[in-house]
Amino acid sequence: MKPIYLDYAAATYIDPRVLKKMVPYLKGNFGNPSSLHLIGRNTKTAIEGARSVIAGILNVEPSEIIFTGSGTESDNLAIFGVAKAYKSFGNHIIVSKIEHKAVFEAAKKLGKEGFEITYLDVDSKGLIKLSEFKKILRKDTILVSIMYANNEIGAVQPITKISKIIRNFRKKHNSIFPIFHTDACQAAGALDLKINKLETDLMTLNSSKIYGPKGIGCLYKAEKIKLEPLIVGGGQENGMRAGTENTALIVGFAEALKLAEKLRVKESRRLKKLRDYFIKRILKEISNSRLNGHLIKRLPNNVNVSIGGVEGESLMLMLDREGIFASTGSACTSESLEPSHVLLAIGLLSEMAHCSLRFTLGRKTTKSDIDRVLKILPKIVYKLRKISSIKR
Amino acid sequence: MKKKDKIIKGDVVPDDKYKEESWVYSEIVKDHFFNPRNVLLDDTYYKADGIGVAGSPACGDMMTVWIKIDSKTQKIKECKWRTFGCASAIASTSMMSVMVTENGGMDVKKAMHLKPQQILERLGGLPDRKFHCSVLGDIALREAIDNYFQK
Repeated sequence: MKPIYLDYAAATYIDPRVLKKMVPYLKGNFGNPSSLHLIGRNTKTAIEGARSVIAGILNVEPSEIIFTGSGTESDNLAIFGVAKAYKSFGNHIIVSKIEHKAVFEAAKKLGKEGFEITYLDVDSKGLIKLSEFKKILRKDTILVSIMYANNEIGAVQPITKISKIIRNFRKKHNSIFPIFHTDACQAAGALDLKINKLETDLMTLNSSKIYGPKGIGCLYKAEKIKLEPLIVGGGQENGMRAGTENTALIVGFAEALKLAEKLRVKESRRLKKLRDYFIKRILKEISNSRLNGHLIKRLPNNVNVSIGGVEGESLMLMLDREGIFASTGSACTSESLEPSHVLLAIGLLSEMAHCSLRFTLGRKTTKSDIDRVLKILPKIVYKLRKISSIKR
Repeated sequence: MKKKDKIIKGDVVPDDKYKEESWVYSEIVKDHFFNPRNVLLDDTYYKADGIGVAGSPACGDMMTVWIKIDSKTQKIKECKWRTFGCASAIASTSMMSVMVTENGGMDVKKAMHLKPQQILERLGGLPDRKFHCSVLGDIALREAIDNYFQK
């Protein structure tokens, strides 16, 4: 029985083409990019090449790309970096209620340190309310962080519209604030990443969601933006992130993003079809099930449903036994024992948040995979509902 | 070499990996989760001597327990249940139902004092953070016994 992996939003396998590019820097080219001799220069060249590739995809200058250790680190660098660098200009920060924990927890921490944080509401589909956003912008708002696409429910935010509102606000107040950051980790490979279109000042990307290696991410930082680094030392990455660069990971990341961008339009179209087919059949064939998130403004690979009366972890583990790998926003899989903050933010009752199940599709997903899940899932739901104490 | 080729080919899950030993729960929990004992699938015609409920759907775990008690011996003859919740909630209710009915049934007075730790021990342990939220079987059982005495 072939295992069916449907958790691509959690992690992707490394594309063999990516791995191939990485191998020389794991095996032979070991030099420290900061060394001025040939051995060092070899790795320096590779890193700068990778930086140019990523900059090209974003349509920005290579010097505006900072390599970091993960998407989380990039998010942290953006949030803490801006807050600390511009502290004297304002005390107010806006983040959406459905940010990834890497942004959410960073903002919360700043809140404890004396910053004023406004958590921007989303509607029942997970989209931010632009009119409300306009209202909460203040002269002392130094930073806005709103994710491009949500990792749990796949909701895609209108980043260009948000940018426009921010631009107008800046013009009106003749200010450089607020600075705008977006977490685009889930958007890469699915949505347009061009900064001249999105017009954000900062953008987080990482490699492990786009068939690249884990442990590497980057932050796009517009030239004019100042940041206080999180890690100091040898001054690498323009003084923004000290530590000897991991050449293999950087090269792998660039190659992964290049491939993801190349395949983006075609693969997104294919996945959207599969996604819609999957959603339609679940909602039709499983009673008391609902889709979480927006039907259209969602990532091409994201299916997030709540199935009434059946707890998510139980469902996930029963699927696991059948060789189907999914995830859940149920409290039982989180350390905090709280159900997903994203599902609660879209107004789901705790009861239904505990019953959520997320499938995220990827390059290896086929229609026959989906059909097999659709054969097994209703049986598992039936079994769990039979032993469930909730009326169904 | 063959193994290496397989990974390089980009297989999502290499066949030789991901065996069962990495499960977060013990073998006993797993067994009771996949093969729950004493479930009452339909309570329409079930004549229980006592019914108890614990937990709530909002918390993510909720269970109902039905018991039958031998009025002469004051021992639990049957303990049936249904649970909404995660694997450990399902397994712990299942184990509780076994514990109070095995060896001719547990004395009602003794069952009143069944501790969640005793269920935990029989399950071969649970992850710490799971223990307090999902082992509610003893509470539902106490409710059912109270209900029996009130009748």
